[in-house]
Amino acid sequence: MKLTLKVWRQHSPKDKGRFEEYILQNASSDMTFLEMLDALNEQLISQDKDPVAFEHDCREGICGCCAMMINGRPHGPNAETTTCQLNMKAFKDNDTIVIEPWRARSFPVIKDLVVDRQAFEKIMEAGGFVHMDTGSAPEANTLAVPKGKADEAIEAASCIGCGACVAACKNASAMLFVAAKVSQYALLPQGKPEGGKRAWNMVAKMDELGFGSCTNTGACEVECPKGISLAHIARLNREFIKGGFITLVAEEE
Amino acid sequence: MSNFFVSSIGKKFVLSLTGLFLILFLVVHLSVNVLIVFDSTGKLFNQAAHFMDTNPLIGIIEPVLAIGLVLHLVLATIITAQNQLLRDVNYTGNKRYQKSNTRENSSWASRNMYVLGTVILVFLVIHMINFFWKIKVTGDPLLNEATGLEPGVKNAYALVTGLFVQWKWSVLIYVIGAIALGLHLYHGVWSAFQSLGWSNRKWRSILSIIGIIVSLIFAGGFAFIPVFVLIQDMVC
Amino acid sequence: MTILNSKIPQGSLSQKWTNHKNAMKLVSPANKKKLDIIMVGTGVAGASAAASLGELGYNVKVFCYQDSPRRAHSVAAQGGINAAKNYRNDNDSNYRLFHDMIKGGDFRAREANVYRAAEVSNAIIDQLVAQGVPFAREYGGHLTTRSFGGVQVSRTFYASGITGQQVLLGSYAALKRQAAKGSVEMYERRQMLEIVVKDGKARGIVCRNLVTGQMERYSANAVVLATGGYGTIFFLSTLAVNSSGAAAYAAYKKGAFFANPSFIQIHPSCIPQMNEYQSKLTLMSESLRNDGRVWVPKDKGDKRSPDQIPEEERDYYLERRYPAFGNLVPRDIASRAAKERCDAGYGVGETGFAVYLDFSDAIKAQGEKMIKNKYGNLFDLYGKITGEDPYKVPMKIYPAGHYTMGGLWVDYNLMTTIPGLFAIGEANFSDHGANRLGASSLMQGCGDGYFILPYTIGNYLADEIKTKKLTTDDQAFDIAEKEAKERIQRLMNIKGNTSALAFHRALGKIMWDHAGMTRSEEGIKEGLKKVDDLEDRFYKDLKITGTTDSMNQPMERALRVAANFEISRLMLRDAMNRKESCGAHFREEHQTEEGETLRNDRDYSYVAAWEYLGERKEPKLHKEELKFEAVEVSQRSYK
Repeated sequence: MKLTLKVWRQHSPKDKGRFEEYILQNASSDMTFLEMLDALNEQLISQDKDPVAFEHDCREGICGCCAMMINGRPHGPNAETTTCQLNMKAFKDNDTIVIEPWRARSFPVIKDLVVDRQAFEKIMEAGGFVHMDTGSAPEANTLAVPKGKADEAIEAASCIGCGACVAACKNASAMLFVAAKVSQYALLPQGKPEGGKRAWNMVAKMDELGFGSCTNTGACEVECPKGISLAHIARLNREFIKGGFITLVAEEE
Repeated sequence: MSNFFVSSIGKKFVLSLTGLFLILFLVVHLSVNVLIVFDSTGKLFNQAAHFMDTNPLIGIIEPVLAIGLVLHLVLATIITAQNQLLRDVNYTGNKRYQKSNTRENSSWASRNMYVLGTVILVFLVIHMINFFWKIKVTGDPLLNEATGLEPGVKNAYALVTGLFVQWKWSVLIYVIGAIALGLHLYHGVWSAFQSLGWSNRKWRSILSIIGIIVSLIFAGGFAFIPVFVLIQDMVC
Repeated sequence: MTILNSKIPQGSLSQKWTNHKNAMKLVSPANKKKLDIIMVGTGVAGASAAASLGELGYNVKVFCYQDSPRRAHSVAAQGGINAAKNYRNDNDSNYRLFHDMIKGGDFRAREANVYRAAEVSNAIIDQLVAQGVPFAREYGGHLTTRSFGGVQVSRTFYASGITGQQVLLGSYAALKRQAAKGSVEMYERRQMLEIVVKDGKARGIVCRNLVTGQMERYSANAVVLATGGYGTIFFLSTLAVNSSGAAAYAAYKKGAFFANPSFIQIHPSCIPQMNEYQSKLTLMSESLRNDGRVWVPKDKGDKRSPDQIPEEERDYYLERRYPAFGNLVPRDIASRAAKERCDAGYGVGETGFAVYLDFSDAIKAQGEKMIKNKYGNLFDLYGKITGEDPYKVPMKIYPAGHYTMGGLWVDYNLMTTIPGLFAIGEANFSDHGANRLGASSLMQGCGDGYFILPYTIGNYLADEIKTKKLTTDDQAFDIAEKEAKERIQRLMNIKGNTSALAFHRALGKIMWDHAGMTRSEEGIKEGLKKVDDLEDRFYKDLKITGTTDSMNQPMERALRVAANFEISRLMLRDAMNRKESCGAHFREEHQTEEGETLRNDRDYSYVAAWEYLGERKEPKLHKEELKFEAVEVSQRSYK
């Protein structure tokens, strides 16, 4: 199939960037979206041009590397699908596809479709863990976790940190990302002791790094390749508010 | 704790609480207004209006209400402004100036709460000039018409019906205001509970349905009254 | 000449690790602060080791080529992680786990290392649970397990079909905690190109900043490679596209021996290749064989749709050939059995290179809901890729390159033949012999990272306090950086016509054909020739566009492909040398009458460790004889 690709090209973080249009004659509906980009790059190399930089690694939807806006939607039109799993069957012959990097103040573009997601790392460093040193763990079955809670925690924990939630959000908010982590720990007894504090620290970091706030449009949930539910944001709000009041009335822990 | 109200969730906590509080006001307001429909002599309505005007409890609640409204407005403005600022790099997408292909992933109302709020605010100003200002401050000849009740009871019924009958186009403004309110509530009710953390997988659908019901009641109720008055006048 | 000294401690098997721990030197807390450790790679092994070392007080510098440690390919492990908890009361024990691994590895692994891996397995589960890894639970709230191939007990802990992700995120979280504390410095988007050796010791690395293209130098008192395996040698594999053995190769070139390079696991259940554009193959977890039944039609070339083929015309060949283990035979056996059926013309699907993995009986017996509960996300993944609904139509699977048991040779302390250079996780060779059992790679990675390396590296570093700090303007760094730059320049200057991707694809085909599931003397010889020819062409015809002063992904790939040529040769030579069949290494000349592996314990009961002697030069073979004291070496049987 023949495709017209409008791809964002930006040589470096400082470069202004622009769209460039390419015609790809021999795309196949059997390709995945990234294999289609591979083909585009082969074509660009044969024309002595700089290939399009895009992030990719596992190509099975779990590493969270691939991140691009396809026709104005993170990871393209299919629900619960990462770009690497997106099949070209989702497009038709002679389609024009607009491909852009994530856009958010806190995700500056590094090159072409590659953005810097260090902000997520900083949020994780602010509290996305349990304070526990190697070797100090009790016997694993000491703590029973109700199956329902464990299952819900797995859903929250399945976040791949790709940033589609930020990309989709009209406020460039990272609430779903933060909520997934806070919610996972809030559901498990291991994470409970520092629950409020964790929510507090992670949200403070998110605010500080220039992510917007959540206005519950639900766009993130629809675009999340792992289908992480807004219910986790509700839990984050709960944890945060609880944490706020606890620090108000209780003595320092 | 001071940080709480600076944080994104803290601000929305207050926004949601004030929003839900303002719904309480709507409940009272609509319950009083409905009397216009049930009693064309206006006696019931005037009585209720008189009660609202003179009851000391309402007198206390009124400034609280005003503070709630102002807080709601101020926080909404701050949150919206911040969010606009933070989403300063936009997608070009297939259409220019598009933020992202949002139609696919969210409702129009949810994305335009501030616009809807502004429409409601403009309406509110007009509405206050029409009634509140006249009743409380300047007075109006219509208010002094006999009510058939004890002396001192203002004829608010005459003022209300008078407006819609004399200025027929004002009905349109009231209908638009009611629709904006409905859309605002359609997202706002569920959203407030979500922001307060009072939602989960099970309650989410229940809360959205409650949101829809609430928005239909208020949009329908507030739109119906001026239309009813107008039709009543034309028919009689 | 380096003589292999595996430094296996004295004492009975179950006492070795304890004795060794008691005998090891310690570094005082005050001194730990003065010691730098470089960690390359942030998979389960790298992240857990870096976090644990950070907790101990060392200064750790962590490097990865992705933008975040959380993306390392451990994330893609699906099925689970083993531990000898015996929660099922099915008579599991450390010894039994050890025995299963030794036997599964076809008696080509080092006994002491394997026993230690089993010994620390229980502590890993405790550790992960305490970190908040959401393992699957029973209704009573306790941890649940499932069965895996090659084993008759149920000891595999799992988190849905995303165990690897969850275990990695657990160690990633621990790593982030240390990064916040400042004991770990993170260096993402770096490709390690050279290991700096000074006075015979590994003292630093040179890496390329993938964003700026600049060379960067880092010095340390010890360097740890946790860089995973080289399965992308086949181009199409279950690995991440950017995974490679390039880092291990850099160590090999600097004098670290490469052990058993030909031991590469072909995973039996992957989604078959569907077209020529394909850039990778997706794994379908082995855990599926718990409930799925593998079959092909009894008639050759039967093109009927699977639901049209009646029960009696189906050949459940694993159940037929291996009644004791049935569908749960180890991976190497399942893979070869599938290849045997397909080569004989019984394969299904358009290409004929696929077999069915059928869940209809399990769905009938347990209900769709139960199956969904166990494997939901795997079924979704399969559906997304193939467009078929595995709840209704049997899955089609075929083997694909997956895991490399071979890797850098390490002693009991996980140190390579270069003092100060350690290798952990898949990057080393030590625990899996000639074939890895399912759910034991997360186990090994965690064991090495959390509980073994933090002790053994201390034993080494205790003597390093006295060694002078190495500054990055040292000559050793100048030389290493020059080498790295020249390598890049050499590739950039070729200016030919063929992309690195095309070369990688071509090399992968050669390796799959000549060093894949089965090998033969003739085939290997031919393979060696083809690899040489392709490499010649590579250095004449490679084309890289773009510049080296910014992100240039084809150039990154070219560097990896360049390393792959040497690793390919190493694999082929090792396969040539090992004139026996064992585990995943199947020499056609050496098989039993039933087509099973035929080991030669008399001549080949050793680890083949290869020493680099120069580009394209025949490497030197060193043998580490394997002694088995606690197990009886027997012909592996799963019948």
